Amino acid sequence: MYYTSMFFQYMGQYFKTKFQYRADFFMSFFSDLLAQAVNLIFILLVFNHTNYIKGWNKDEIIFIYGFFLVPFALFGAFFNIWDFNDRYIVKGEFDRILTRPIHSLFQVILEKLELESLIGAVTGLIIMIYAGSNLGLTVRWYDPIIFLIMVIGGTLVYGGVFIALASIGFWSDARTSIMPLMYNISNYGRYPINIYNPIIRFVLTWILPFAFVGVYPAAYFLHKSEWYMYSFLTPIVGIVVFCLSVFIWNVGVKKYRGAGN
Amino acid sequence: MGKYLEMMRIRFLMMLAYRTNYYTGIIIYTINIGAYYFLWTAIYGGKGSIQGVSVSQMTTYVAIAWMARAFYFNNLDREIAEEIREGKVAIELIRPYNYLLTKVMQGLGEGIFRFIFFSIPGFIIVAFIFHLQIPFNATTLGLFLIASFFSFIINTQINLLTGLMAFFLHNNVGFIQAKRVIIDLFSGLTIPITFFPLWAQHIMKFLPFQGISYIPSMIFAQGMKGNALIQALGFQLIWAIGLCIPIVLIWQKAKKQLIVQGG
Repeated sequence: MYYTSMFFQYMGQYFKTKFQYRADFFMSFFSDLLAQAVNLIFILLVFNHTNYIKGWNKDEIIFIYGFFLVPFALFGAFFNIWDFNDRYIVKGEFDRILTRPIHSLFQVILEKLELESLIGAVTGLIIMIYAGSNLGLTVRWYDPIIFLIMVIGGTLVYGGVFIALASIGFWSDARTSIMPLMYNISNYGRYPINIYNPIIRFVLTWILPFAFVGVYPAAYFLHKSEWYMYSFLTPIVGIVVFCLSVFIWNVGVKKYRGAGN
Repeated sequence: MGKYLEMMRIRFLMMLAYRTNYYTGIIIYTINIGAYYFLWTAIYGGKGSIQGVSVSQMTTYVAIAWMARAFYFNNLDREIAEEIREGKVAIELIRPYNYLLTKVMQGLGEGIFRFIFFSIPGFIIVAFIFHLQIPFNATTLGLFLIASFFSFIINTQINLLTGLMAFFLHNNVGFIQAKRVIIDLFSGLTIPITFFPLWAQHIMKFLPFQGISYIPSMIFAQGMKGNALIQALGFQLIWAIGLCIPIVLIWQKAKKQLIVQGG
């Protein structure tokens, strides 16, 4: 209860600061939308020259991209901790975090909210509705519930991987470019997994499970029954990855010695 | 000229001092190339060629496009915008050199560093991993280097323009991000220009973007020969000269209405 009220208080503050700088706020809205449009244009251009990519048609690939945008937007809004090392460890800010009464990870997340990213979820839904109606997909009464579970699963996968990476900062405060590296790998999840070679497929499923953010859960809604097993693993993988990363974080916090004076 | 060459040398040495960051850079580029490599091989499926481009030309194109990007890419827009916002530009203006030319030379120093320590080893690694078939010959290589130099000029000019916008917009981070996204698509980095519908290709003939990535990469993949090649180089040359005009105009105007926010 205390945590929820903290969350809404921080959210209120967030909007106040953002609306102080409205032009920036809308500009970052706009550049997000533009990036999504460009990715979509890429898919459309490709399908001007082919009808199928390894058994997936245009609308199916667009649908996967639309689905991917939803957990990705939630991740961007709530787990935007890619500069954790610079912002908190190197500058010694983390000492302040530890004096706060709520869990250190939750405190960091509250401070790093980036709610304008949520626009991506809206575009994602629009893209899914568009592609879904082209494909003649029907929505059953329980689909929205499954959708929600899948989205949460995907977000937890993303959040978990990045929290685990941020935790590296507790052991080594050297600057690394592992975050952008991971960000680029995560883009692999936007396309059907069967276009990659078996090693990459294995990595994206079991080691850095980014396939559970896009293609696997989306396959359920596309009625691709050969992938159902993976689709239903999405929430489980999400919870496992997330719990593991919180565990790593907690161990890291114990190791944390502070930097600076 | 000597002082500008010195600027370039210093930036080169600076990059050399922090070179470890660049090894992860090679991995990032390899990952990106890998994504497009698999995507394009899947797109081609059984097809021999699409739009007159064969699958092996396409994978070479993607690989070289990314590696060439390491050379022409720079953050001058961000640097300039930051210096304007922080008021440092006022100091730069009273120094005995041309601010913009200095920036360009710093960008070139950075580009040459990346070309030697990033593009060349990166390309060898990528060619090895993805079994690229590279049609090697000296003329192609020479033409590619000329085209790459022009792509550096055009991209840098666009960066100067976006950076200078900070004089008028005060905060142009979103603007810079938007520009980057647009360049990645319309320069032909992710998809060759010939894959666009004809009407779009027509419009893009009047825009400088394809001079950045499409032309050098196509030359390297030997998808551009004879007359088309000469025309393409001419296209780059015209834009490289033409873009100087808005830069000079904006620079003159900006200097007059400079407001230093603190600093």
